[in-house]
Amino acid sequence: MLLITCPYCGPRPEIEFAARGEAHVARAAPDAGGEAVAASLYLRSNPRGVIAERWRHVAGCGRFFNALRHTVTDKFVATYRVGEHRPDLAAATGAGEGTR
Amino acid sequence: MSAAFRTASGGRIDRSTQLAFTFDGVHMTGHPGDTLASALTANGVRLLARSFKYHRPRGLVAAGSEEPNALVTVIRDDGRTTPNLAATTVELYDGLVAVSQNRWPSLKWDVGALNDLFSPIFVSGFYYKTFMWPRSFWQKVYEPRIRAAAGFGEAPKAADPDRYANRFAHCDVLVIGAGPAGLAAARAAAEAGARVILCDENPELGGSLLADPSAMIDGEPGAGWAASIAADLAARETVTLLTRTTAFGYYQDNMVGLIERVTDHLADPPDHLPRERLWQVRAKRVVIAAGALERPLVFPENDRPGIMLADAARTFLTRHGVAAGSRAVVFTATDSAYAAAIEAKAAGVSVALVADLRREASPAAEAARAAGIRVDLATTIEATSGGRSVESVRLARIAPNGSIAPGETIACDLVLHSAGFTPTVHLFSQSRGKLRFDADRGVFLPHEPHEDVVCAGACNGAETLAAALGEGHAAGAAAARAATGVEVAERAYEAEGLAIEIGGHFGEVPHGRDASRVKCFVDLQHDVTAKDIRLATREGFRSIEHVKRFTTTGMATDQGKSSNMNALAVAAATMGLDVPQVGLTTFRRPYTPVSFGAFAGVNRGDLFDPIRRTPSHDAATALGAPFEDVGLWKRAWWFPRDGEDRHAAVARDCRTVRETVGVFDASTLGKIEVVGPDAAEFLNRMYVNPFLKLGVGRCRYGILCRDDGYVYDDGVVGRIAEDRFHVTTTTGGAPRVLAMMEDYLQTEWPELDVWLTSTTEQWAVVAVQGPKAREVIAPLVAGVDLSSAAFPHMSVADCRILGLPGRLFRVSFTGELGYELNVPAEYGAAAWDAVLARAGEVGGCAYGTETMHVLRAEKGYIIVGQDTDGTLTPADAGLGWAVGKSKPDFVGKAGMARPDLTGPHRKEIVGLLPDDPKCVLDEGAQITAEANPAKGAHALGHVTSAYWSPNVGRGIALAMVEGGRSRMGAKLHVPMPTGPIAVTVVDPVFWDKEGKRLDG
Repeated sequence: MLLITCPYCGPRPEIEFAARGEAHVARAAPDAGGEAVAASLYLRSNPRGVIAERWRHVAGCGRFFNALRHTVTDKFVATYRVGEHRPDLAAATGAGEGTR
Repeated sequence: MSAAFRTASGGRIDRSTQLAFTFDGVHMTGHPGDTLASALTANGVRLLARSFKYHRPRGLVAAGSEEPNALVTVIRDDGRTTPNLAATTVELYDGLVAVSQNRWPSLKWDVGALNDLFSPIFVSGFYYKTFMWPRSFWQKVYEPRIRAAAGFGEAPKAADPDRYANRFAHCDVLVIGAGPAGLAAARAAAEAGARVILCDENPELGGSLLADPSAMIDGEPGAGWAASIAADLAARETVTLLTRTTAFGYYQDNMVGLIERVTDHLADPPDHLPRERLWQVRAKRVVIAAGALERPLVFPENDRPGIMLADAARTFLTRHGVAAGSRAVVFTATDSAYAAAIEAKAAGVSVALVADLRREASPAAEAARAAGIRVDLATTIEATSGGRSVESVRLARIAPNGSIAPGETIACDLVLHSAGFTPTVHLFSQSRGKLRFDADRGVFLPHEPHEDVVCAGACNGAETLAAALGEGHAAGAAAARAATGVEVAERAYEAEGLAIEIGGHFGEVPHGRDASRVKCFVDLQHDVTAKDIRLATREGFRSIEHVKRFTTTGMATDQGKSSNMNALAVAAATMGLDVPQVGLTTFRRPYTPVSFGAFAGVNRGDLFDPIRRTPSHDAATALGAPFEDVGLWKRAWWFPRDGEDRHAAVARDCRTVRETVGVFDASTLGKIEVVGPDAAEFLNRMYVNPFLKLGVGRCRYGILCRDDGYVYDDGVVGRIAEDRFHVTTTTGGAPRVLAMMEDYLQTEWPELDVWLTSTTEQWAVVAVQGPKAREVIAPLVAGVDLSSAAFPHMSVADCRILGLPGRLFRVSFTGELGYELNVPAEYGAAAWDAVLARAGEVGGCAYGTETMHVLRAEKGYIIVGQDTDGTLTPADAGLGWAVGKSKPDFVGKAGMARPDLTGPHRKEIVGLLPDDPKCVLDEGAQITAEANPAKGAHALGHVTSAYWSPNVGRGIALAMVEGGRSRMGAKLHVPMPTGPIAVTVVDPVFWDKEGKRLDG
């Protein structure tokens, strides 16, 4: 079971959290048009490597936050609050993206 | 039966105490310290099981949890019957009752053994190839018979009466395995002050030291050293010692699952103890010191009772004081087995010879010769004989050119064999650590870890006691330093003892028999032979994962602990490849079987799933109402009177509500209090409806979509104050609606000043519906003018209800004049009783969810999730009027404007009337244009709700139909197995189309 660091509460076991899909996907504007709306609803990056995701500490503080997770190793690289910029991975881990 | 094979002295058993037990009804005795396996061996019992497929006689192979053959069922009572236990792991207790498995009518005379005669046809893949035709036979003939014949022991029929505990623990260092390496690691970590958990699957700490009388550590006998280290650790508050505890699964981020067997070894388990305890340990660092398992040699007819691993025989002798036979042949490919030969001879067992596959005499071989044991080099075993016990072996000489010359036949009742040792890398591999292949020794060893874990001792390739202790200390010190920052001094252990050989021989041994016929067993538990694996490669299976699934090698309860490397080697040799090219099968959890009870823990019976009961639950029970499961809720379904059936009760209640009044428990509806200066703006953005101009004291029917534009939930929203709304949701949707609102509030519009609070559990809701609703509630309500002018349909007010602070809604889900009385939940039962008594005075009744469904369907009110399926927009559902088209944005605005979500092809909700008024359609039935459509014809939609309507006097239905609203009056068909049903498309409102009754 993963150990996930809630930016508000600290490290907690995975069962306290709910995954909410990819982060930093902008909601389509009301007049964005079919293609743009479909893209914002359905198209996701699905990378092999680090992905930014939305998580919610649902059985804890209830807050949503963002996390960088490596899709191959399933390791959390960083977590950060809603509204904060995606951390610079090289600076955060001393390594290039896609490795840890 | 006397314990004829018990040695005169030695072993870690208490000879002063006798324990009585039975096996297949035969009474025997053993001692504390025995396992069922050692006690049976002491009593001369060697036939313990029948094999899985061929029902061949089988005996013990191993002394530990890797035992493949000796699976037994231990019976305490009907509910406490445990099948498939390895006899080597069952600790003996007084009164133990064990029976053999997989045999009929008895272990000695087993009808299934006929399979062995037909074994030439029962090859790998036999089932897949043979039972293919006729096709129709599979389900009714082949599968039931194969299933009846398959499997090992039988599951108990009675419920499990035992308790299973679950514990979470955190530590700095978890040490898995308490052999020399594990003890040294735990000692080093504990001396650094780290919080340590040390677990071992055996009842006693010490591992291999317990079975090695020659071991000396720092001048102390090995077992004594283990005891003193264990005592030192036990005295430390920072250390938790867990015996009889298997680390069965390595999960992410250093979470390790341990299963502690608390009472299975006790004759009379006390009531206060759980049978097993599941530990979920989160460790900063893990040290795996899991040791190594001896690997069998694969030779012709290597499965007879009495043919066992050399180290297992050593363990029985030195730990349990049991000689596994009286005349032994030792067959080896390494030096490891010589100790077993010498110890057996010293214990009085006649050792006929050691047959060594190697050409050169090693120092161990010379030592054996010096001890008076015959050693034949370049010698193999190419045949064995015997029935319920091995009786002889036939030797063969391997010439330097590889040719085989038959040799003499040697009588024996015991064959000890050893191919070498395989490091136990299971947990390391489970943790996603990468293994590397050591080509020199031919073994897979831990390489790159994925988790914060380090391996030490034999599981890491260490062969000597000194190396194991040194690695253990280093690993424990490193783990403690990483977890706590405390440095531990280096320590050099002075140690001597038995060494094992990691590596050795892999795969089938050389022999002169016909390889296409002779049985050289690789996987004893699943009866997989070397020729089965060769067949798999001939059939084209190249990956070991495919070979495994085709032959089922390594897929039994022992998960191939002693067979996987041999299977791999046979496959590699057949294909002419190196072992790493063939690959290694995945190590899966659990390491050894874990009971379902341990995983379930307390989550069984009433605690399996929480049950939510409504305030009227007891009253409804007293009225004889059956209950319907709605999510976790138990809701009263209908209220039968005087022996009425469901149909009669629902029909009467439906009429009563429309004629007088009915009372309904609506407490299960989700309720969310939305509060704050921006509450109206927030709801205006969440719901499709406009909310900015909703007046205080007024309600609106709200529709919630997702951003894809599809209906997600609905409910009445009441404005209590400028900055306060009372939102209701569907019963099942309450949690997800609140989660969705939180999501948008926190992540899309964090600038809005709004608080969301679930109040579902705070309010009990009694709905009063019908022409006499006002008359019923008037005396119970204070502080609100109930007249239609002052309090019209879709009003809300905080007021006093039965003297309590309450919230009154004038809303209707029946189409009649209706109110919903919200009172504090703790008074819900009292309010229900009071309102129902008042209703009774005017001829009203209680009604349940079935009546509610019929009444709302008569009015064409949809239920989200029943009449919608997550692909309907509000317009599709006939609710387009609710959408605030002038709003700049709301959740789903962009989504529902997509071109595909508009236009004539959309499925729309309509009413259906069967031509036969007595007909009630089946919900879910398909709707077609033709009465008898061709197979595969396009369906126009399906029936979503169908009821007998007592008030309309006929069957009615709601349905999703393509272009439904443009088909009003059209004739469509519902094809059923009994014939097509003709229906007419109509408006979905069947009752009071003008809606006048709401204003009553």
